[in-house]
Amino acid sequence: MKNKPLASILVFPGTNREHDISGALRAAGFETKFIWHTETALPASDLIVLPGGFSYGDYLRTGAIATLSPVMGAVREVAAKGVRVLGVCNGFQSLCEAGMLPGVLLRNGHLKFNCKFTPLRAENNNTDFTRQYRKDETFPCPIAHGDGNYTAEADTVKMLEDEGRIVFRYADNPNGSMNNIAGIISADGRVMGMMPHPENAVNELQGETAGLKLFQSLYEAVA
Amino acid sequence: MTATAMKKQNTKPAEPEVNQATAAEHKLNSEEYARVLKIMGRTPSFTELGIFSAMWSEHCSYKSSRVWLAKLPTKAPWVIQGPGENAGVIDIGDGQAAVFKMESHNHPSFIEPFQGAATGVGGILRDVFTMGARPIANMNALRFGDPNHPKTRGLLKGVVSGIGHYGNCVGVPTVGGETNFHSSYNGNILVNAMTVGLADADKIFYSRGARVGDQVIYVGAKTGRDGVGGAVMSSDSFEGDVQDMRPQVQVGDPFMEKLLIEACLELMATDTITAIQDMGAAGLTSSSVEMADKGGVGIEIHMDRVPTREEGMTPYEMMLSESQERMLVILKPGIEAVAEAIFKKWNLDFAVIGSITDTGNLVVKMHGEVFAEMPVRPLVDDAPKYNRPTEPTPAQPILDATKFPLKNSVLQTLKQLLGTPDLCSRRWIFEQYDSLVRGMTANGPGIDHNGGSDAAIVKIPNNKKALAITTDCTPRYCFADPVQGGRQAVAEAWRNITCTGALPRAVTDNMNFGNPEKPRIMGQFAGAIEGMAEACNALDFPVISGNVSLYNETNGNAILPTPAIGGVGVLADVSKRMTIAFRTAGEAIILVGGTPGHIGQTIYLREVHGREEGAPPPVDLAVERKNGDAVRELILSSRVTACHDISDGGLLTAIAEMALPKNIGAELTIGADAATCFGEDQARYVLTCPAANAAEVLSELKSAGVTAEQIGQTIGATEIRLDGEKIALAELRTVYDHWLPDYING
Repeated sequence: MKNKPLASILVFPGTNREHDISGALRAAGFETKFIWHTETALPASDLIVLPGGFSYGDYLRTGAIATLSPVMGAVREVAAKGVRVLGVCNGFQSLCEAGMLPGVLLRNGHLKFNCKFTPLRAENNNTDFTRQYRKDETFPCPIAHGDGNYTAEADTVKMLEDEGRIVFRYADNPNGSMNNIAGIISADGRVMGMMPHPENAVNELQGETAGLKLFQSLYEAVA
Repeated sequence: MTATAMKKQNTKPAEPEVNQATAAEHKLNSEEYARVLKIMGRTPSFTELGIFSAMWSEHCSYKSSRVWLAKLPTKAPWVIQGPGENAGVIDIGDGQAAVFKMESHNHPSFIEPFQGAATGVGGILRDVFTMGARPIANMNALRFGDPNHPKTRGLLKGVVSGIGHYGNCVGVPTVGGETNFHSSYNGNILVNAMTVGLADADKIFYSRGARVGDQVIYVGAKTGRDGVGGAVMSSDSFEGDVQDMRPQVQVGDPFMEKLLIEACLELMATDTITAIQDMGAAGLTSSSVEMADKGGVGIEIHMDRVPTREEGMTPYEMMLSESQERMLVILKPGIEAVAEAIFKKWNLDFAVIGSITDTGNLVVKMHGEVFAEMPVRPLVDDAPKYNRPTEPTPAQPILDATKFPLKNSVLQTLKQLLGTPDLCSRRWIFEQYDSLVRGMTANGPGIDHNGGSDAAIVKIPNNKKALAITTDCTPRYCFADPVQGGRQAVAEAWRNITCTGALPRAVTDNMNFGNPEKPRIMGQFAGAIEGMAEACNALDFPVISGNVSLYNETNGNAILPTPAIGGVGVLADVSKRMTIAFRTAGEAIILVGGTPGHIGQTIYLREVHGREEGAPPPVDLAVERKNGDAVRELILSSRVTACHDISDGGLLTAIAEMALPKNIGAELTIGADAATCFGEDQARYVLTCPAANAAEVLSELKSAGVTAEQIGQTIGATEIRLDGEKIALAELRTVYDHWLPDYING
């Protein structure tokens, strides 16, 4: 029997949704491993995950200090070789800070932390992260952030739009993000970041299961 | 003090002289100071006086409340640890335990709402993980002043934001709570925070157990001057400008706390700890004294080894600092390296600051000089204990409901009530809390589209069990009749847990009252305890932990007596959990419990007639038990599709709360009078079930001796119909959803 694909989940001091996303990945068929931020090398992985939380307390800009962690050097290396990388919430912020995705996540327009289910539209279902969704499938997905206001230069946003790199869009913008952007993907389709938490919408207990399709899509892509 | 120490005293930094006046500044009265002199056999040093004042503060010594707290039932076969430790512990089966406690941070939150509330959450989290438990849920109970008071809006914003900031960052979901407004809290808001943790039942850690030769380890954040004297400040009333007290409020760092949780739980797995306590109120003083006292040992600690973040701190300041995110750990000797490696990994300060001795004394040194040398046992055992005079609250009349008729149609009155501060939606509050992190929240405010529930439901990982958690108190009932109010607070918590299908197991209490030196206030305290004790006994719902906050007064005006109850229940199978939302049209709506129509102290009477008077609704504990047990049985045998208890705002308010979540209407056959629709009779529930099963459900309730009747049905139309009148749910939702955000936006 073939081994399960391995997802390496980075853990920074202050990360707090590593177990949530590990559970979702395992439900989709992955093996998961936590990687402490001081590691300089990664095990041979099929997927690298930067989970949600408040890395290093986020006392500078959100996600900023995590990009200086020893482990991030290893992440850049394997990403350059084509290993898929998923950043959720604080992980998305870190990928932007690290320059692996364009743009930045600013303070929510209404200035408050906001936790709720909000309708999310999977606009591009032709990615390794979203193939299990129907085109424009809209489902309630949790958000839980104070800094999710996606902002970029106008020409960057236009490029993202033109190249179909806006993977997820809010149907009811909760934070002021430009063009209702909730999740974007790199030009090579290997690195995706999103603010909502699909890992908290994967079973009946959580009230929604559509989040699981993201992890199942990834499983199909790498298995 | 030893002779050598006395001799060297000339070379050490001078401390202020101690006398009756210094003692008074430390809030020790002349009788208490005389007791200090007797214990010491000499004039205490300034550091020693500081230690006495902290340990004997109301906050640490419970000197006014201990005689009464002893009356609460604290035992049951499932109670592993009752009051007296950092938190209480109950057995929840499968070798697992739930660890929980509620604690106030009232005074600091009024002075600096964001930091006061945030550090309140941090403190209660530490109380729970200190016991070896991983925190899995936070709750809170908040009281603010009149919405029109100039301070209320800012306090509400600051407190909610502070609670969210801390809980969100440490990654513990805030799954529920309660918020009320009343002018009696204008000068003293209440911020009560509760944490529930999960541990293996055979791996609980205690503050007792220190042995001679053990090492005393300081871990966590560095010590600063913040919070010096906080415990003493919290044991006093406010007079004049409280902003001067801001330096006594601590500053929290949830990121540091998150690291501390992970490091402590990692250390606990190594079997090296003999005792552990967080540095909460009175910091290093209370943690070192209490652990030495419980172990029956002495303790010697060296201030020059304490990690500090400010230059030139004195032993007095270090012993009384309330800097946050610090723990004192007693380790078996010789294995400090194991602990140090763990704390180094998490980048936390770690220092061996002393050792456990056989002297029975607390010895505080700095650079070899003795700053305090005092016997531990009398510091705790001889703390003052007052049996203060009590005066009962005069009985209030039972009001005749017919004298307070509706002033508008019944459904327009419902609309009016749903748009009031105490009944409107709390969405603006709970959406600022991460209620979903950890992925185990089966019902909480963040997934209200799931149907909502009267108690939050948090699943236990790798198990089908869940905990049901609630916080409750109706202070206006407690003010009118402390005994009935105390009963009602416990009964409502029990009822809210019952509505989810869970079995209520134990409570934590947070007793918030005014100045105990006033007989009427002490009478409120005694009455509330009496009522709580009766209810806890009748409902098999013992008290396993708690906290007392007295002197909640400003310029002589006391808060309403507020014995907040945090209840925890166990749901054996999370798939059986029950929610409050109407599920579908065409179902029978059943009212459980009798409706004599009690009108005194209702929200209706206050909001419609502008009167806060009369006796509160009486609580018949036998009926409470009978009705609740029958309802739980129906839920667990899957014959009910929705269940909601009836509390503030009465029957019609409960119906509206069931109709709004899924936009399913109701046609009701009840009388359209104020007493029926808005009376607040106790021990009542609203259930729904498929119409075909209604007769069977009713007959089952009747055979259990429970009063019950069908009062209508759910309908396809999105409106509530009653007595020929109707109102659209959209119209109700508008007022229900908008009051709080509109208020905040001023």
